[in-house]
Amino acid sequence: MKILVCISNVPDTTTKITFSPDGKAFNTAGVQFVINPYDEYALTRAIELKEAQGGTVTVLNVGEADTEPNIRKALAIGADDAIRVNLKPTDAFLVAQQIAHYAKEGGYDLILMGRESIDYNGFQVHGMVGELLGIPTIAPAIKLDVNGSTATLEREIEGGKEVIEAVLPLVVTAQQPMTEPRIPNMRGIMTARTKPLKVVEPVGQDAKTSVQNYELPPAKSGVKMISADSAGDLIKLLRNEAKVL
Amino acid sequence: MSVLVVIECANGEVKKSSLEAASYGSKVASALGTSATAVAIGDVQADALTRLGEQGISKVLLDNDTRLHDFVAAAYVKVIAKAAESENSTVIVLSNSNIGAAIGSRLAVKLGASLATNVVSLPQINGSSFTVRRGVFSGKAFSDVELISDKKIIAVKKNALDIETASGGTATVENFSADLADSDFATAPKETIRQSGDILLTEAEVVVSGGRGLKGPENWHLVEDLAKALGAATACSKPVADVGWRPHHEHVGQTGITVSPNLYIAVGISGAIQHLAGVNSSKVIVVINKDPEAPFFKAADYGIVGDATEVVPKLIEAAKALDK
Repeated sequence: MKILVCISNVPDTTTKITFSPDGKAFNTAGVQFVINPYDEYALTRAIELKEAQGGTVTVLNVGEADTEPNIRKALAIGADDAIRVNLKPTDAFLVAQQIAHYAKEGGYDLILMGRESIDYNGFQVHGMVGELLGIPTIAPAIKLDVNGSTATLEREIEGGKEVIEAVLPLVVTAQQPMTEPRIPNMRGIMTARTKPLKVVEPVGQDAKTSVQNYELPPAKSGVKMISADSAGDLIKLLRNEAKVL
Repeated sequence: MSVLVVIECANGEVKKSSLEAASYGSKVASALGTSATAVAIGDVQADALTRLGEQGISKVLLDNDTRLHDFVAAAYVKVIAKAAESENSTVIVLSNSNIGAAIGSRLAVKLGASLATNVVSLPQINGSSFTVRRGVFSGKAFSDVELISDKKIIAVKKNALDIETASGGTATVENFSADLADSDFATAPKETIRQSGDILLTEAEVVVSGGRGLKGPENWHLVEDLAKALGAATACSKPVADVGWRPHHEHVGQTGITVSPNLYIAVGISGAIQHLAGVNSSKVIVVINKDPEAPFFKAADYGIVGDATEVVPKLIEAAKALDK
C-alpha cells in the first residue's frame, strides 16, 4: 500500500499570536514551528498501517525551505521519503492543487492529512484534493483500518459517529482518538538524515482567496469575582446582568 | 445572480446553525440586490422549511430522496451544484459544520469558487471586492479575506451572528431532484451511532466544562448536574479526555472542538492557551477554580475562587431555583 501523508508547518500550540503593526503579517520571531498536531495523527496512523501490512509512507509538505526541520522530523517518526513543494501555502486551493498533482503522479492508495491546520483553520484541503482527483474524502475520520482494497472508517458527525466502508483510493482526514501520536527515537533521528527529501516546483499559482489583514480579538474588560460562600449569586448575575440564562 | 443557502436538517427540523446561515444569506442577498433561495437536504418536514421565510428566504428547493437522510458528500454536492446552476447562484452560504466543510470544499473546486470557512462577519462589498472576516489561529485571531473568484462560498461559524426573524414570513417549497445514481452513495454509512439524549455540544447555547480540578471521574456528576439544571451541554479539557475520564468528542480546545456558546462555564480548568483557543469566542465565560492565579480568570467575565466540590452544588441549587 502506498500512503501519502500531507503535513503542514504551524506555530506550536503554546504560541502567543501577534502581528506586524499594520496587521498584514504574522510575527514569526521567536515562534517555534511544529508539525500540525492533527497531521501527527495522520502520520502515525499511516506508519502503523505500513508496519502491519507493508508498503510505503511518503510525506508531502507545501512550504518554503524553513519547513525542512519538521519534514525531517516526520521522516524520523517513520516516513520513508518526503516531497517538499517549494511554495508558500497562502491559500487552500493553491495547496490542494499541489497535493493533487503530486498525489496523481505518485499513484497513492491512501492520502492522509489532519482535519485542518491550527493556523489557517480552513478545513478545506481534504475535500478539494478529493474533488480534484475524483475520489471520495472521508472527513473528519476518527478511526481508520484497511483490509486489502477496502477501508473501514468511523466519521465524526455532530452528535455521534458513522461507520463507513469505502474502496481505495481515498482521501482521509485524521484527528483524535485515531491513534496516539509518536515521537521520534534516536535511531529514527539518525536514519532520517539520509532518507530522500525531494524538492519540487509548484504547479500553477491559482489562489482563490487573499488575506488582507489580521486582528486580535478585543481584550476582556476584566473579571467580576464572586465569593465562594455566595456562589449562588452568580446564577442571578448570569440571568439579570449578563442575560445569558 | 442569486444567493443560495444550504439547509441542514435532522429529525424533521432545520438545525439552528442553518437558521443562522439562512439569516446570513438573506442579508447578503439584500446587499447584492437579489433574493435568497435555500436548498434543503435530509430528514425534514415541509412546514419547517416554509418558516424559513421568517429568515428572509423566498423559495426552498427540497430534495426528498430518502437516501439523503444520511450525509454522503458526493450526493449532497451533486444536489447543491445542480441547485446553484438552476438558480444561477453567485454566493452560496453554508454552516461551518462537518457537513458544511465537506460540501464547501468539493463544491468550491466543482464551481471554481472562492471558499471562506469559519466566517464571523457579513461581507464587506466594495465594487468588485468582496471580503469576509474569519477566525484563524484556532480562535486566537481573525483575518479579513478577499474572495477573488466570481462565485463565492461562505461557511458561517456557529453562533457568531444573530438570527434575524420577521414573524409571518413564509417561503414556498418546491420539490427538486438531482437524479442521483447509486454510485453517488458509494461512501454511504453502514451504521450511524448517535449519543442519546445529550444536547449537541456544537449547537449548545450553554456549555458546562470540567477539568482536572474535579480530581476524578467520581466527581463528574457535578458537571452533569449543573449542565442539566441549566439545559447545557457538557465538555471537558484535553487532560481529562487524555486520561479517559471523558470521551475525546467532548474535548474542547485547540486540537479538539471549538465552541462559541452564549455562556461557557469552566470548572477546575486552569486555562492553558490551547484550551482558551477553543472557547474564547464564547459570549460570556465563567471560571471556577481554587487557584486564584489560574490564567483562565484573565479571560473570564465572572469568576469564583473555590473548590469545585463546594462551589458547584451551590450553583446547581441556585440554577434549579430559577424560573424557566
